[in-house]
Amino acid sequence: MTDFKRKTTAAAAFWLLFSLLVPLRALAALDIKITQGMEAALPIAIVPFGWPSQAGEAPIDMHVTISNDLARSGRFRPMPDADLPQRPASFDQVNFRDWRLLGMENLVIGNLRPLPDGNYEVEFRLIDVYRGNQIAGFRIQAARQQLRRTAHRIADIIFEKLLGVRGAFDTRIAYVTVEEKGGAKRYALQIADADGFNPQILLESPEPLMSPAWSPDGRQIAYVSFEGRSSAVYIQDIATGRREKVTANPGINSAPAWSPDGTRLALTLSMDGDPEIYVLHLSTRTLQRLTNDRSIDTEPAWSPDGTRIAFTSDRGGGPQVYEVPATGGTPRRLSFDGPYNARPRYSPDGNSIAVVHGRDRVYRIAVLDVRTGSIQVLSKGRLDESPSFAPNGTMLLYTTAGPGGSELAAVSADGRVHQRLALQEGEVREPAWGPFLAAPAQP
Amino acid sequence: MTRALFALLAAALLLAGCSTTQKQDDGAQVEERGGAGTGTEGSQTYGADTGRQSAMEQLNDPSSPLSQRIIYFDYDSSEIRADYRSIVEAHAAFLASNPTITVSLEGHADERGSREYNLALGERRAQAVKRQMVLLGVNGSQIRTTSYGEERPVVPGHDESAWSQNRRVEIIY
Repeated sequence: MTDFKRKTTAAAAFWLLFSLLVPLRALAALDIKITQGMEAALPIAIVPFGWPSQAGEAPIDMHVTISNDLARSGRFRPMPDADLPQRPASFDQVNFRDWRLLGMENLVIGNLRPLPDGNYEVEFRLIDVYRGNQIAGFRIQAARQQLRRTAHRIADIIFEKLLGVRGAFDTRIAYVTVEEKGGAKRYALQIADADGFNPQILLESPEPLMSPAWSPDGRQIAYVSFEGRSSAVYIQDIATGRREKVTANPGINSAPAWSPDGTRLALTLSMDGDPEIYVLHLSTRTLQRLTNDRSIDTEPAWSPDGTRIAFTSDRGGGPQVYEVPATGGTPRRLSFDGPYNARPRYSPDGNSIAVVHGRDRVYRIAVLDVRTGSIQVLSKGRLDESPSFAPNGTMLLYTTAGPGGSELAAVSADGRVHQRLALQEGEVREPAWGPFLAAPAQP
Repeated sequence: MTRALFALLAAALLLAGCSTTQKQDDGAQVEERGGAGTGTEGSQTYGADTGRQSAMEQLNDPSSPLSQRIIYFDYDSSEIRADYRSIVEAHAAFLASNPTITVSLEGHADERGSREYNLALGERRAQAVKRQMVLLGVNGSQIRTTSYGEERPVVPGHDESAWSQNRRVEIIY
């Protein structure tokens, strides 16, 4: 499909050119608003980074990116810039008395400096105001294009130091958009930073696209495309845009799910008469059938240790969540609460499974405790679907029915923090939160 | 009971075929009719065979049950409702007496609940219609089934009126 490759290359080239020509303050295509934050959010002060004034305008507002990340988690309450009593750029400039008087325990300061080779030096320090010492920090070099990621990594370090949980700000999300143009629908598979910046179109199509799934190394995305007038599964390399059709048997080919070690793809195929779960070994292309039942078996999801696969089955009457060993065996039912539980996704710690939980014609995102089977409903809409965990398990992305169609939303795993993510145009559906990323290479 | 009905319909179709044969002898119309085959999936090139010409007429006849191309379903169900059985039977009879004509059955679901499960539900509906047609004498190879799940609603909207119109199987020649 060279037409698509040309398009994705063109889109990527456009965005690369765009990002070089304009400051990195460009608006995000996704606008994220917290609609409900935590009452006990940690106060934190993030001071604008030092920047040599003779160097012109800074390429990025590091402190704004960091502050927005922490605020968006719902777990932090950054101090507004206007309330900052001072703007230290180094440890010895910090006036601890001022900060203590304000009761501000956590202080982040930093510096951005251009280097002769065109790269930048980034330095930050997280300071415990009451103890009067630095509890985290680094000084690294970064290319201009890596500055946003560097800001996200700083936010990750702060998050982990203060909350004891790994941060997931330096991650990406994938999603499908639908726009109506001249009476025809255009579908697009897109990826963006987790804060909505740097959207990038991977594929555009006049036919529906579904079920994007990140490979564990974050380099590829599997998805379902109807471009052949029926469902087929593709795998696409994000950097090159190269893609291959993985399966296009008669009937349904859908619901791709990568094993945690990246060697296998679980799938739903109905070629043998009704939808069943299969595992495709990617190197040998051999197919192993896991379910054998006249009912609908679909939506496979791997446990984080790769030993089990959860899936949706209506063998008991209505859709419920079952689990089967990844190498085959007898499925056992996991969900018993309510008439409709579908679309399982394991949390990163493997203890719970996010589901679409339907009851009284209302569909919400819930988490199912794997051990006890108990259900905790998290979202508040009437037509919520497609839950996806952040790789640190703290938040879930999902979609909810809004006035313009499907919208992205997020909720914390304990249900306390709620967000809406508004795309500038069109509908958004089927979000998939990507994995943790390796640190960008030092230039 | 259905066999008798089938026989009756087949007889009716044969008779219809006979009545147009005389018009056929005039000549040129056949080519035009054949050319008018629409480009939709499953369309056929119709030659000079009088049986096929009448088939096109039947398909295009707005008063024939064959003009009804959508079967609707109840919530979370793939059972063919009683009020749609006669339409399925009409198409089955048509296909059975025109064994070279193929048809595509496209299954759909309303938007509620999970997308992939709805893809499977759409297929189950299309398969239900196919099964009924095969029972009524249609060769399975004439029927292609596919599902779009909830991905191609005909009516946008989040109420039962929209949902009931999206839970469907489309019969596409």
